[in-house]
Amino acid sequence: MNFTISKRARTFTLALIVIGLVMAAFGVAGDHTDHKQYTWAAFYANALFFFFIGLGCLFFYALNHVTETAWTVLVKRVYEAIAQYVPLGAITVLVVLVAGSMGLNHIWHWMDARTVDVNDAANYDTHIAKLTAYLNKPFFWVRAILMLATFVFFTRWFRKHSLKMDQETGETLLRSHWKNYHRSVGFIVLFAFFSSLLAWDWIMSIDVHWKSALFGWYVFGGMWAGGMITAVVLVLYLKGKGYLPQVNGSHIQDMGKWVFAVSFLWSYLYFVQYLLIWYSDIPEEVTYYKVRIDHHPWLMWGMFFVNFALPMVLLMSRDSKRSPKFLIGVGVLIFIGHWLDTVQMIMPGSLGLHFEHIGMLEIGFFLAFLGVFVHTVLSALAKAPLTVVAHPFLEESVHHHI
Amino acid sequence: MANKVIYAIYEDPEELKGAARKLITAGVQVRDVFSPFPIHGIDPIIGLKRTRLGIVSFMFGMMGLSLAVLGTYYMMIYDWPMNIGGKPNHYYYQNVTGFVPVLFEFTVLCAAHGMAITYLIRNKTLPGMPARNPDPRSTNDKFIIELRTEENTQHAPEAITAMLRETPVFEINERQC
Repeated sequence: MNFTISKRARTFTLALIVIGLVMAAFGVAGDHTDHKQYTWAAFYANALFFFFIGLGCLFFYALNHVTETAWTVLVKRVYEAIAQYVPLGAITVLVVLVAGSMGLNHIWHWMDARTVDVNDAANYDTHIAKLTAYLNKPFFWVRAILMLATFVFFTRWFRKHSLKMDQETGETLLRSHWKNYHRSVGFIVLFAFFSSLLAWDWIMSIDVHWKSALFGWYVFGGMWAGGMITAVVLVLYLKGKGYLPQVNGSHIQDMGKWVFAVSFLWSYLYFVQYLLIWYSDIPEEVTYYKVRIDHHPWLMWGMFFVNFALPMVLLMSRDSKRSPKFLIGVGVLIFIGHWLDTVQMIMPGSLGLHFEHIGMLEIGFFLAFLGVFVHTVLSALAKAPLTVVAHPFLEESVHHHI
Repeated sequence: MANKVIYAIYEDPEELKGAARKLITAGVQVRDVFSPFPIHGIDPIIGLKRTRLGIVSFMFGMMGLSLAVLGTYYMMIYDWPMNIGGKPNHYYYQNVTGFVPVLFEFTVLCAAHGMAITYLIRNKTLPGMPARNPDPRSTNDKFIIELRTEENTQHAPEAITAMLRETPVFEINERQC
């Protein structure tokens, strides 16, 4: 059965984009920071958030190939469709990186050449100067292009291969399956490096005077959680529309379990990072949390509460993971929770005290990005059969029962 | 008429499932099933209630968390406050971050052990308890359905046996209870 985007969904995404852009325009008009830094930062936080959702699904998709998971085969196209946002997401992130590199915004303080110029006494920063072996523009761009190219290449390759598998049977299908398996192993290995690298390069280097060895995993945990939430909400939406009739309660419960489990992974990584820094109490480590606790305690603790306590308490029982309405409600809350997490990663570091609270810019860009994201994902869904036609595990997935 | 227990022995879990389904449809009560491993999907067929082990686990976890809170408070705040890395230790909330690993570990410890021990007691399978399975082969490669005539008075024992003969049964044993 093929999916067609309903008229209401089209109007809804268009409305989101229009309302979002109008809000953002008001925000830009009220943005009095240098270089419109606030606008750039708000755009960047949202670009990253949605890019990460696509990446999270791409990772989970590859993980299913590597582990030869059977039950996800029925909903494979959903993960695939969400991952199709990766190329567009990569462009939005790239725009901000290029602008930062050209000095159009100052999100990355270290990119300003004056900070490493010994002769410029006013701006020279010994700490940044020590990091130039890693944090210099040419090397930064080698890494950025390598990472983005890898993500885009694998997104497109997996998609093409998956569509090709629909036409195959017997031995050829099995060979395609193994090819998928081997490529996915390669992707997972690269992703293990790149998920940490991109967190250091694109996010941690905003707060250039601060370092945390766990930061990469923490960002990765957030990525994965965002992907799992989006996937389960999308599957429930499709089921509500009468699509995916073979997806049963066991599939939904397992997807709910993933939201539950990955929320714990994220909480664990976030808290371990905080615990170690709190315990050792070294000045260069606590700066990151000092800014956030002193100026944005509600944002920091609030998002931790939403992303940790809510899924823990609300998604613990079997019945809650089998109730579509409940799961969508909790999913939307955690989705917003992880958005707040991304905002508190980007905004205080790139704006300092100019960032007081979440305003028109953040929310406006959020709505606009959400509209574009939903539209991209639904269009990708509509372009292929909603369940795979041929897959070695298709039969097993249909009879999934826990 | 003395009450009897009927054991129908099968060689394959799928055959047993088919037979159990057939018996239930005919209105025969199945008392229990013995198997060397859990048979997927047998619970709803023979009308077993959903396990409440998860609830037990949650309660043990909560108990562990409460005990850990009480323990850390008594030891580290009330009885003998210790200065570790200059951390504030006058109030519990100021120091709770440092106790989180203990709280977490003790919650998991109590939940897991409590659940495992409850399971063993409830099944009467604590180490040293006498085995209750009717036939030692059910721990190896045979799958057994247990029926009791006192629960199936609407069917004559012979009728039940005849019904079992129609299924791919390996062996039927009867015992007085």
